[in-house]
Amino acid sequence: MGRLIVDNLRFRDRGPYSFAIAGGECLGLQGESGAGKTLLLRAIVDLDPHQGSLRLDDLECDRMPAPQWRKKVSMLPAESCWWLDVVAEHFHDFSAVSQEHLALLGFGPEVGGWQVSRLSTGEKQRLAILRMLENRPRALLLDEPTASLDQANSQGVENLLCEYGRANNAPLLWVSHDPKQLDRVADRCLYMRADGSLEPCGGK
Amino acid sequence: MMGVKPLSAFDLSLAAGLVLALALCSWRLRLGLEKRMAISALRTTVQLLLIGQVLRVLFAHASFPFVFLISMVMLMVAGREVGARQHRRIKGFSGWLLGTGSMFVSSFAVAFFALAVVIANDPWYTPQYAIPLLGMLLGNTMNGIALSMDRLTESLWQQRQTVEQRLLLGQTSLEAIHELRQQAMRSGMIPIINSMAAAGLVSLPGMMTGQILGGSSPMDAVKYQILIMFLICAGTGFGVVTAITLTSRKLFDDRQRLRLDVLQKR
Repeated sequence: MGRLIVDNLRFRDRGPYSFAIAGGECLGLQGESGAGKTLLLRAIVDLDPHQGSLRLDDLECDRMPAPQWRKKVSMLPAESCWWLDVVAEHFHDFSAVSQEHLALLGFGPEVGGWQVSRLSTGEKQRLAILRMLENRPRALLLDEPTASLDQANSQGVENLLCEYGRANNAPLLWVSHDPKQLDRVADRCLYMRADGSLEPCGGK
Repeated sequence: MMGVKPLSAFDLSLAAGLVLALALCSWRLRLGLEKRMAISALRTTVQLLLIGQVLRVLFAHASFPFVFLISMVMLMVAGREVGARQHRRIKGFSGWLLGTGSMFVSSFAVAFFALAVVIANDPWYTPQYAIPLLGMLLGNTMNGIALSMDRLTESLWQQRQTVEQRLLLGQTSLEAIHELRQQAMRSGMIPIINSMAAAGLVSLPGMMTGQILGGSSPMDAVKYQILIMFLICAGTGFGVVTAITLTSRKLFDDRQRLRLDVLQKR
């Protein structure tokens, strides 16, 4: 249940990539900057043109409208964007956000009323995770989710995301530059070489 | 009705002297505009003299194919101008077709309505009415359409990260650029709304001035000016809506991905 299957995925001059992530499994992805990790995530979330097939169990990406796929297979970009004035306006219903999740990321319920212009980069990043989870995605593609966070907040984010993956049997693809972090969160790891090819490496 | 007092070449050269003086001034101030000013002044002279000859022939032989041909030429040139005024425009033929198509839909439809229903000459395409009317419409819708398309592509370019963030959250392409589309449409329509509000108080519109100089009674001239204002407003508005709708469709592909690679920078 909940397998994310990437089959012969090609885009630009890259690929083919073939791998699968089981439901509840976390696959770590490392590699040098500029190797194309973000591009791979963008292709999987169908934000960039690509060939090959993407499946979530028996749901095929090409068979459903793109926005629906992106709600099921959600990507957290390295830098989050906010376009309205107040935090809660970016949520369908902020009051429905779990208090437990808020607390885990170090927020109280009043954060919904905060002005976006006064948020720090780290606060934006943590709130972007809650915003993404509101769609109840069935697979997560995480592009350096803790790059802008201190250690305590990183810990909270790791706990929240891993817990979400386990509870919902969701596959996680976790890009990180920190091998120690991947040791903590990932069941197995891939390394992306500068030419874009993947090879297995470590994991917990 | 009193005729116009004809202008001689000498009269015009007096006015050209003013432009020359300004060019001299630009040269002294090192504005670097004197060359462009000269070329533009020359273009205005040559183009208008030419169109004068064309109109003279056209008015003598009011045949529909001839009127249609001239209006098509006007449309093509306006379409080219819309593309040229954009900082980042959609590549290739489809980009040209977008601007030209929107102008065709709005200007031609509105002009036809005015000629056939409102003014109702016999025949409806009487060139003394059709050509100036279409010219005013094309000139103004061109401004609005170019402005709004430029605004849309430019704001999309600058806010592409935000738009993609919204796509990532599962918004459709229309939802993701909703505000940008609204702003683009507004920026295309506001100039004509403003000039309707200021007409008569701040500015005496060019066409009305021309008519009065040509000997029409002020009230006749004013009524035609009101008609023209309404036509321009409708033409610009519908043209802008069409252009922005078509452009925003073009900027996304069938999988609702933002495709800024369809744009080329001038």
